Amino acid sequence: MLFLNDTRFRAVFYQVVAISAVLLAGWVMYRTASANLAKQDIATGFGFLSRQAGIAISETSIAYGPTDTIARAILVGLVNTIKVSFLAALFGTIIGVFVGIGRLSANPLLSRLMLAYVEVLRNVPLLLYLFLWYFLIILVFPPVRQAIQLFPGFFLSNSGLAVPAVEWQSGFGLTLGALAFGAVAALVVRGIGQRRRIASGKANAGWIVALALLVLPVLAVWASGAVSLSWSAPEAGRFRLTGGLQIRPEFVALLVGLMLNLSASVAEIVRAGIQAVSRGQWEAALALGLPRSRTLRLVVLPQALRVIIPPLTNTYLTVFKNSSLAIAIGYPDLVMVSNTIMNQTGQAMETIAIFMGIYLGLSVLISLFMNWYNARVALKTR
Amino acid sequence: MSETQVLPAAANSVARPVRRSKWRAAYFGTPGNALVTLVCGALILLLAKLALGWLFVNAVFDGGADACKQSSGACWPFLTDKLRYMLFGFYPFEEQWRPLVALCLFLGACGVSMIPRVWGRGLVVAWLVVILPVLYVLMAGGIFGLTAVPTSKWGGLPLSFMLSFVGLAFALPLGIGLALARASHLPAIRLLGVGFIELVRGVPLISILFMAAVMLPLFMPDGVTIDKLLRAQVAIILFAAAYIAEIVRGGLQDVPPGQFEAGRALGLHYWQVMFKIVLPQALKKVIPALVGLFIAFFQDTTLVTIIGLLDFLDTVRTALRDPDWQGIAVLEGYVFAAAVYFLFSALMGAYSRFLERHFNTSYR
Repeated sequence: MLFLNDTRFRAVFYQVVAISAVLLAGWVMYRTASANLAKQDIATGFGFLSRQAGIAISETSIAYGPTDTIARAILVGLVNTIKVSFLAALFGTIIGVFVGIGRLSANPLLSRLMLAYVEVLRNVPLLLYLFLWYFLIILVFPPVRQAIQLFPGFFLSNSGLAVPAVEWQSGFGLTLGALAFGAVAALVVRGIGQRRRIASGKANAGWIVALALLVLPVLAVWASGAVSLSWSAPEAGRFRLTGGLQIRPEFVALLVGLMLNLSASVAEIVRAGIQAVSRGQWEAALALGLPRSRTLRLVVLPQALRVIIPPLTNTYLTVFKNSSLAIAIGYPDLVMVSNTIMNQTGQAMETIAIFMGIYLGLSVLISLFMNWYNARVALKTR
Repeated sequence: MSETQVLPAAANSVARPVRRSKWRAAYFGTPGNALVTLVCGALILLLAKLALGWLFVNAVFDGGADACKQSSGACWPFLTDKLRYMLFGFYPFEEQWRPLVALCLFLGACGVSMIPRVWGRGLVVAWLVVILPVLYVLMAGGIFGLTAVPTSKWGGLPLSFMLSFVGLAFALPLGIGLALARASHLPAIRLLGVGFIELVRGVPLISILFMAAVMLPLFMPDGVTIDKLLRAQVAIILFAAAYIAEIVRGGLQDVPPGQFEAGRALGLHYWQVMFKIVLPQALKKVIPALVGLFIAFFQDTTLVTIIGLLDFLDTVRTALRDPDWQGIAVLEGYVFAAAVYFLFSALMGAYSRFLERHFNTSYR
């Protein structure tokens, strides 16, 4: 077969073979799956999404009841996933930065202690920690009947923390809009102020104007009387607390587990990032008379950021994906809600396709955002 | 290069006080530092007191569940009572010497294989032809007079090791293939490689395990059923392969392109260049990172408990729910499981750092 020795032909040939093999495998799987589904009388398609869900979800951040649609139930799960991942990423990063800096402390006691913290968290599976935190919350706090009242209206028990909450009667959207507008305006003004300061070398009042812009629209909306609020304080019942904002133990266990897990990874990344900044930078800043804390904040950390951002992106993606372990302790995240729906409707393929698609899409979004941020902090070479 | 200089005896004698003041500077150099030392010291003492008090002082060493109920310390009898169950799960009780032998053989073989000097083709052959078949026969039985034990009875620590080790061993060639596909100059091959890697890396492991548990049977023609354990194993292999591919890709990018071009210029075929020139250099650089990945996967295998396989974490949790011990020794069980995972992960971590020094390549 002489034509197989022609490189150009062979390249095309390999690609055609690979593509057709994948297509063939996909087609065979599709045929067997649809035959199997037809035999089990399971209808395919996404029509089931508009059916009534009929399941109760223990934690809802948006309005939801069992009579709502399945699509709405999945949305509730998604909001829960995003909520817990975002908070875990936020707090975990803050803890991690401090632990990472502590790892490099000149004080051997502190650096060893931080090393132990990182090792204990990294060498034990996250799932085990989730079970452990959940168990400890149930163990340490009393049952609802003997709920600890921290302050009037604040109850702590093994079914979670209940705090008084503000309920919006009207004007929620308006306030949110005013806040968003103020934030954008403040960012623009701060940017202009900073550019002027760099150009002129003189301090200006840009940040005061920015702060005012951030607060004023919200105050204006408030003053106009378009907003009405009501307080809802939790009441201790015999078996459960009603009213107020309830922070459930599953949520706390998951948040703490994810947060600590992330903080250990962030600590290692921050340590490596700071070590990647050359010693000369430290010495130059100290020689200029900057104290150590300012050297770290103004000279070293901004440079370390370039090394830190790409691996940090990966840890954020990991925490987002790890939030799916919620199913093990019963926090209704995307996967757990989908799993319940899957068991109820039998639409395994569609449900798995939906939540995998959502994870994939959001992972890509997070990557894009972090890549954009990375490009911003990357070294500008002339 | 610093020149070595022999200090005169007089200079040597003043070196001691200098070192002592260094020690003092490290702990009490500035008021802030002294505060840090005091706070950390207090914290360490508090933790040590709590740990020792729980583990030994207040602990119950003999007696039953009732004695443990009274005490605020650790309950050691729980461990001795349920140890065999936690380690081997529902494996037939009188046959449990088999997983024990398999576990020892496996750990011993791993220990020997960790020495860089014994690495080579012979080691791979030994694993494939001798060690793995012997381990399988020990676990599954059915020949040589060993009673057959179905995989649904397998559990505990051997299962955890099997899922992670076999998973990674089979994922390695697959991952290398994917990395080569991703680096290929053929657009269709590259597209397939990138598509698979990004698809798998973009979703949580649990969703892939769900797919294996729930969806895979749908894709099987009539009458063909695949064992649940095997399905989870396949899912872990596919998942690990995508992560290995990314690590290997990093190694491939570190090999200067001149190596590939020089190989081709010598008239070697693509595969010859890859297997004889590029991959050996690339893999050597990423071995520490691969060991790091192995630690992560050893821990990630705990997720199979969510789809109902009896891995080590699951057998520990089942032991906690034993009617005799229910609600008495929960903390003990979790701490024991954590200690086992910590031990193996920390050992692998130390090994990874050893390899890093051995190859003298720095990897973050």
